[in-house]
Amino acid sequence: MKNPLDSIWGTIICGLVLTVALVVAAKSLLA
Amino acid sequence: MEYVPALARWLHFLAGMMWVGLLYYFNFVQIPALKAAAADGTAAGITRHVAPRALLYFRWSAVVTWLAGAALLERNFVNAFTLAKGYAGIGIGAWLGTIMLFNVWLIIWPNQQKILGMKPATDEEKNAARRTALLTSRLNMALSIPMLFFMAGGLTHRAAFGL
Repeated sequence: MKNPLDSIWGTIICGLVLTVALVVAAKSLLA
Repeated sequence: MEYVPALARWLHFLAGMMWVGLLYYFNFVQIPALKAAAADGTAAGITRHVAPRALLYFRWSAVVTWLAGAALLERNFVNAFTLAKGYAGIGIGAWLGTIMLFNVWLIIWPNQQKILGMKPATDEEKNAARRTALLTSRLNMALSIPMLFFMAGGLTHRAAFGL
């Protein structure tokens, strides 16, 4: 499988997915 | 003393713009430009004259951003980094920014020194350094997306996301 960080768009999508994951985690665990 | 957090916030934004601006410059402009320049033999102009200057401001603006951010947090520094109640948003942003700072100084910069010939390295080591520096720079770009989401949250994010 290709590393998503090899492309700009893969990097941006990774960042957006990580943002959603952190928001969900923060809301359920910390808020 | 109320001037200290105000000045720290100003400096945090100024240095942060330079840091993340240069990070995006590397990823959106310099890396693709180097590929094109290598094809027509003009890459030396970038690696000799542009990259060292960009890296100088990049790594030191990262330090200034972090220090100004720490000064801005003041007595809430520990609350943020321990993700205490009410500090989850800024705390996650602060952790992401801290990871990015370490990536700059411990991974990107030492590898760039090999790539740019500031440190002795074989061709094989240079190729490995290129790959490591690229992926770490891309990782920092990916981390900057949630980092800015959490850092720049304020009241709008509190209303929308409860953070």
